[in-house]
Amino acid sequence: MKILVCISHVPDTTSKINFTDNNTKFDTNGVQFVINPNDEFGLTRAMWFKEKQGATVDVINVGGPETEPTLRKALAIGADSAIRVNTPATDGFQVAKQLAKVAKDGEYDLIIAGRESIDYNGGMVPGMLAALLHANFINTCIGLEVEGEKATAIREIDGGKETLTTSFPLVLGAQKGLVEESDLRIPNMRGIMQARKKPLNVVEPVETATQTSIEKFDKPAPKGAIKLIDADNLDELINLLHNEAKVI
Amino acid sequence: MSVLVYTESEEGKFKKASLEVASYAKEVAQILQTTVTAVTFNTKDASELKNYGVDRVLNITNEKLGNFNAEAYADVLKQAAEKEGSQVVILSQSANSKYVAPLLAIHLNAGYASNVVGLPESADPFTVKRTAFTNKAFSHTKIDTAIKIIGLSNNSFGLRENQGDASVEEFSPTLSEADFSVNVISVDKAKDKVTIADADIVVSGGRGLKGPENWAMVEELADTLGAALACSKPVSDMGWRPHSEHVGQTGKPVASNLYIAIGISGAIQHLAGVNASKVKVVINNDPEAPFFKAADYGVVGDAFEIVPKLTEKLKEFKAKNA
Repeated sequence: MKILVCISHVPDTTSKINFTDNNTKFDTNGVQFVINPNDEFGLTRAMWFKEKQGATVDVINVGGPETEPTLRKALAIGADSAIRVNTPATDGFQVAKQLAKVAKDGEYDLIIAGRESIDYNGGMVPGMLAALLHANFINTCIGLEVEGEKATAIREIDGGKETLTTSFPLVLGAQKGLVEESDLRIPNMRGIMQARKKPLNVVEPVETATQTSIEKFDKPAPKGAIKLIDADNLDELINLLHNEAKVI
Repeated sequence: MSVLVYTESEEGKFKKASLEVASYAKEVAQILQTTVTAVTFNTKDASELKNYGVDRVLNITNEKLGNFNAEAYADVLKQAAEKEGSQVVILSQSANSKYVAPLLAIHLNAGYASNVVGLPESADPFTVKRTAFTNKAFSHTKIDTAIKIIGLSNNSFGLRENQGDASVEEFSPTLSEADFSVNVISVDKAKDKVTIADADIVVSGGRGLKGPENWAMVEELADTLGAALACSKPVSDMGWRPHSEHVGQTGKPVASNLYIAIGISGAIQHLAGVNASKVKVVINNDPEAPFFKAADYGVVGDAFEIVPKLTEKLKEFKAKNA
């Protein structure tokens, strides 16, 4: 089984968010970048298939040279090779188009992408990628078993989950729950050493349209001060929630 | 040329989010000087949509579409959009809508803006406000394609009453075998339980509760309020509560009217995920907990004393106001 894991290079979850260039660009100054959390779950699951079923695992990112350390982390976790499509990510559609070209040329059976990235929260790349490839698609995936060309997956739905069957080629929108948090792979010293020798190929992008553009960013208005209520005066809390906030 | 809106239903009832997207579609249609057509699946009674500005309904009756199926539903919505000559298609951000929307976007060659929290600023250029960086910012995104797809964030617009005919037309799109290559073999869903996505009130517990054995009082508070249950990441990582309750940056988003956090300190990642909720109440022993800087109301003290007392008083309040 040939697996391709799509990796987004995103600001770490605790980053302060600011904008530059007249609020048109995210300010990367002082920001630590990491593998998108949902993608980590996908990558760890892929590693299981590599170790237990002899699958090959390649990782891919669409971005400039600044994303290479993140790809190296994925290699250190155990992927066989990395591909960087040499162009900044501009929108979900453009990223999906770039990934689709590589996925198609590489004839991958299973493509795993995080269902949403914590920066732009688009949540659209996995689905768009599947549609462009005419591949089967399972979103919000929290379980995957593979037998030959057949896959059984668990999808998280509002209020529960459902079990589905399908076949390759398959694109998954992976998320937390696909593997246990405690099973997430982290690079160890050996992995980091080995990653240095693994291939990281840079490929040129294909021509593609961008369908959306961000005109500007802004931030929510600062919060007003909290109203503290005494623990002995819970009637007041109920009163405020009912009459002031009007939420009960 | 009408605005097309996908109005999901469950057990024959429209979800609250469906009435919200219909309300939003009505206002978008007014901006574009056109009408609203809703798409429903196997719906016997669509009359509720009359109150939310829907002019027409295309209903698809097909038992093969009884279970949600993203590929098939995307194909149906594509054909409906083409039939209507729609330039704008609106969906909610439910799990099913988020599953369908990107497929539909490729089928229609339409730009897709997800997490939308406002009406388009104008018909042309068509720019919408969306959340970004997990609720820490907003982006103003222009959609440049002829057909535009909007995914409306839950509880961002509200329900607005407008009268419409909601006249129903049966629609029979052509489906192919390729639409059915992903098959549901079982569904595991609690009935009669309000989900985090649909709840007006969410009651959430954190590490301050010290252990899973202490959750009964959280459940009782939630029950009294008709609320959904949620928890912080450490609580779900430790297995005290199921993954499905985890809310936060890497868990489920919360956009309810009221969010009550018990024994949760308010780490940045947790706040990011619950920031879209309208009113936040914190109950915590530690006056230095960061959540006190991010909430609307707070009670400093021992949750083990406060929560049962609060539940009791809420029961009295409900009885008085029944």
